[in-house]
Amino acid sequence: MKLFFHIGRYFMLLVQILKKPEKASIYRRQIILEMDNIGLQSLGIVAIISVFMGAVVTIQTAFNTDHPMLPRYAVGFATRQSIILEFAPTIISLILAGKVGSRIASEIGTMRVTEQIDALEIMGVNSSGFLILPKVVAAMIINPVLIVLSMFLGIFGGWVVSAVSDVMPVSNFIYGILYEFAPYDIFYALVKTVVFAFIITTISGYYGYFTKGGALEVGQSSTDAVVTSSIFIIIFNLILTQLLLA
Amino acid sequence: MIRVVNVSKSFDEVPVLKNVSTVFEKGKTNLIIGQSGSGKTVLMKCLVGLLNSDSGQILYDNHQFSTMSFAERRVIRQKLGMLFQGGALFDSMTVEENVIFPLKMFSTMTLEEKIDRANFCLKRVNLENVNHLYPAEISGGMKKRVAIARAISNSPSYLFCDEPNSGLDPLTAIVIDNLISEITQEFDITTVVNTHDMNSVMEIGDKVAFIYKGELWWEGSRFEILKTENKEVNDFVYASELMRTMKQ
Ligand SMILES: Nc1ncnc2c1ncn2[C@@H]1O[C@H](COP(=O)(O)OP(=O)(O)OP(=O)(O)O)[C@@H](O)[C@H]1O
Ligand SMILES: [Mg+2]
Repeated sequence: MKLFFHIGRYFMLLVQILKKPEKASIYRRQIILEMDNIGLQSLGIVAIISVFMGAVVTIQTAFNTDHPMLPRYAVGFATRQSIILEFAPTIISLILAGKVGSRIASEIGTMRVTEQIDALEIMGVNSSGFLILPKVVAAMIINPVLIVLSMFLGIFGGWVVSAVSDVMPVSNFIYGILYEFAPYDIFYALVKTVVFAFIITTISGYYGYFTKGGALEVGQSSTDAVVTSSIFIIIFNLILTQLLLA
Repeated sequence: MIRVVNVSKSFDEVPVLKNVSTVFEKGKTNLIIGQSGSGKTVLMKCLVGLLNSDSGQILYDNHQFSTMSFAERRVIRQKLGMLFQGGALFDSMTVEENVIFPLKMFSTMTLEEKIDRANFCLKRVNLENVNHLYPAEISGGMKKRVAIARAISNSPSYLFCDEPNSGLDPLTAIVIDNLISEITQEFDITTVVNTHDMNSVMEIGDKVAFIYKGELWWEGSRFEILKTENKEVNDFVYASELMRTMKQ
């Protein structure tokens, strides 16, 4: 029963969030700010994880496909596909669910328990819209940028491995990276990213907005936000893959 | 003028407000007094619609507030200023941005006019040269005063203050009390103040409503409160040695 309560309240919140903003100029400024908070400040972690994961994926693929029947360039090909299709959009979104989701839930949750949200309401501001909508829009714009970056860096990590170690020849790797490249894969990855961005920001916003109590509950909301948005990312990953690739 | 008619509110079956009816008049400083936990904050939150009362009505100048839609409430809320017991400053914004915020959201002023207005309000609460500090960088009493400045920045027609001078030194407390009383008369607004400070009562209480365990127990002027025979009111008013000595 609790599940239905949450789902109902979540959709009611969505309706509230999507109401026409009081003042477009203020929302625009908030969006820019949030793009910085959500996007630019995640650059570091996204970059590090991407490079290392790309390197590891390459090494793993190389060792596990070391068979005379398989051409060596298959390693480059497999690395590229796994990075573009799953690793960059899904894993990085999961990382962002942890980083951005906890931040959003605790920020909004703190505003709730210190009555800052009440203060907004009193002024006649649509508090849920004002606090959550700019984050949703910002993430839906900036996350695809992060994901594309992650794709490049992941592949770069793989290239570095093949260049500096003797896991496999660089020329084979590059041939594999370019082999039968389908732009549709990028489109698929970005659609997923945008949906995941929506999931992360709205679910975290939801948990933050409906926090009750004090500092302890803010921590709880932030954990719930990360757990729930991760689960929904995984579920929607399955659904979208089925819809877009099958 | 705000009229409260038979407002009741309970939390999980525990009644906090029981059939409260009263009138808060325009141009007067209306005080709600009572012991800690008597329901003052809950009553104020019901007045502004942050809590929905279980029954009863709240009328703003004869307009039913309790049944208004969000859009209708917004019209009233833009004419409303509220000071929260905990200040509730936006901690991602500087002092100046906090005070400007209501103007930014709804007024058509230029940035310069808004900053002038913010400086004017900050000056009235005796704050200068703190414009660019964040709430975390100022003292508790200063936060309270910034919150008052924010509450009055949009020139409200209804002003609600929940414990405006708790946490302030006696001198600043009187300055704040007088500020509230002055702007109430100057701009002919309806002001409601929660307090348990007898100094404030004697200083500015045009009308005093005494809440006792969620009931409206007694109401009258600050002069009447000294003479009433009501036991609970007397216990409250003459709680301190100073007041008892004065009475004798
Ligand atoms: N959200 C809530 N949920 C449950 N009970 C509440 C809630 N808010 C207030 N109460 C209860 O209502 C009663 C009145 O609280 P209220 O905050 O109005 O007191 P108060 O008169 O403002 O006291 P103080 O002078 O200490 O601020 C208290 O017993 C409190 O426990
Ligand atoms: Mg209170």
